[in-house]
Amino acid sequence: MSATDTQDPNRRDFLYVATGMAAVVGAGAVAWPFIDQMRPDASTLALASVEVDVASLTPGMSLIVKWRGKPVVVRNRTEQEMKDGEAVNLAELKDPIARNANLPADAPATDANRTTPGKEAWMVMVQVCTHLGCIPLGQEGDFGGWFCPCHGSVYDTAGRIRQGPAPENMAVPVFKFISDTKILIG
Amino acid sequence: MSEGHSTYTPKTGIERWLDARMPLPRLIYDSFVSYPVPRNLNYAWTFGGILSIMLVSQILTGIVLAMHYTADTTLAFDSVEKIMRDVNSGWLLRYLHSNGASFFFVAVYIHIFRGLYYGSYKAPRELLWILGCIIYLLMMATGFMGYVLPWGQMSFWGATVITGFFSAIPLVGNWIQELLLGGFAVDNPTLNRFFALHYLLPFMIAGVVVLHVWALHVVGQSNPTGIEVKSKTDTVAFTPYATIKDAFGMIVFLFFFAYFVFYLPNYLGHPDNYTIADPLKTPAHIVPEWYFLPFYAILRAITFNIGPINSKLGGVLCMFGAIVMLFLVPWLDTSKVRSAVYRPWYKLFFWLFVADAVLLGWLGSQPAEGSYVFMAQMATLFYFAFFLVALPVLGLIETPRRLPNSITEAVLEKNKGGGHHPAGATAAPETKG
Repeated sequence: MSATDTQDPNRRDFLYVATGMAAVVGAGAVAWPFIDQMRPDASTLALASVEVDVASLTPGMSLIVKWRGKPVVVRNRTEQEMKDGEAVNLAELKDPIARNANLPADAPATDANRTTPGKEAWMVMVQVCTHLGCIPLGQEGDFGGWFCPCHGSVYDTAGRIRQGPAPENMAVPVFKFISDTKILIG
Repeated sequence: MSEGHSTYTPKTGIERWLDARMPLPRLIYDSFVSYPVPRNLNYAWTFGGILSIMLVSQILTGIVLAMHYTADTTLAFDSVEKIMRDVNSGWLLRYLHSNGASFFFVAVYIHIFRGLYYGSYKAPRELLWILGCIIYLLMMATGFMGYVLPWGQMSFWGATVITGFFSAIPLVGNWIQELLLGGFAVDNPTLNRFFALHYLLPFMIAGVVVLHVWALHVVGQSNPTGIEVKSKTDTVAFTPYATIKDAFGMIVFLFFFAYFVFYLPNYLGHPDNYTIADPLKTPAHIVPEWYFLPFYAILRAITFNIGPINSKLGGVLCMFGAIVMLFLVPWLDTSKVRSAVYRPWYKLFFWLFVADAVLLGWLGSQPAEGSYVFMAQMATLFYFAFFLVALPVLGLIETPRRLPNSITEAVLEKNKGGGHHPAGATAAPETKG
């Protein structure tokens, strides 16, 4: 370094910092595609919606469709199941949030908020336990709803967590009735 | 111990030519022939060598299996069955590989417990210990991803549950989980990346093993007394003494390994994994491979919220915390004495810890209900208490027994008290002054 260049910070310092910054940005730009490629790809995202014909479901019947690789249950609930769901005091719930993708994020977990307006008999729900992702069994457990055999979580007739290690109610996906007998999920 | 000068003298012209250009034979000679080892090493010290051959065996059988395996959800299960039925000797290679994973973990657990018992992690061997912990972590990742590849029910649901751990992380959890899975559930992208990583990680393990052995050869081996080597009489040459002892240990170990491969090949597996993966049906009772069971028990033991941490995140934190404890051991143990041989209270707590780990393993295999949950909570409490209370406190309050002045003295003393040993017999060369 020449004698005229010794004041701090000098040109050399600036060059070091600028080069270092360029290297960091470059490394980040190169690293990003390697991380980005791990995210769900276009073909996976393309499966984001399915249409279900529910004409054949009488009260008390369910069917399961695969949506985004996960089972979604469509259940035509019985009168009794709806009554049980409505009778629940919200203060008793472990998770008081509706977890309904069609509603605001803070909607309370009432029985109606777990379904869609005018179609309260119909439960449409991702049938995946919110604990560690097992598939609960339908119409089992102390609350007449769902029971997860893996770690013993119990859900009620509206898919709300009532007992066991699961932290949240089972998720209600984005869905709508496109006719009286057809549901579009996703 | 590395400060000793190299005693390698090239004998042939080729050796001299090589030695002047790239002294690999010198490195090997200094590391595995003339390398001085404490004269009092017992059979607990043979597991390093055993682990090396298990790693080589897993890589060899794994590469061959990969030649017949198809990483595609529609074909994976059948390709494994094809290996079992059609590929020549395929059944043997697959049983060697699947049981090899189990025996790799048997060896690594004995190796880790040996380190804990004899205080092998204490200065100056902290980094050596941490490199070992990193190898153990890589082994767990490799074992987990390998178990997914046959695409049976346990493969699928094990992968679902274990990647589900990451969804417990606040805010970014779901994003990380989707990043790991390459989708919204375990599916073809997951299987493909797990296969790629399962192939990669063993070579990373091999790389860290090189660092582990390097660090070992800088600080030298610990030994049952925990006293550093002080003079030449404290050591013997690696070859033939350690070589033969290691070889004998390997043969005995491989005998047990072979017994499982040929007579109990599915004993350590799970019958549900011979059912093809079904994303819509969870088996009644999900269990991971046996070598993860203690951690699985800890995961499930947290059934209650701890302040702002919900039970799910709490379980995941405790499970990873259980492994973090191992990394911290060099700084948690406050005792100046290494070996449990001279630490009566630590010895007691060590064996209680071993019993606790086995108990946790058994609880992990049981359903999470009734009294099992309470037992798992107590066992988890003891697990953490061992590291966070017993290790720091015992070092401060325990009165250790008198330490011998040197390894040689310890060996001769033991020999004197040990009754009539045939003088000058070929047995037990380490006991000759």
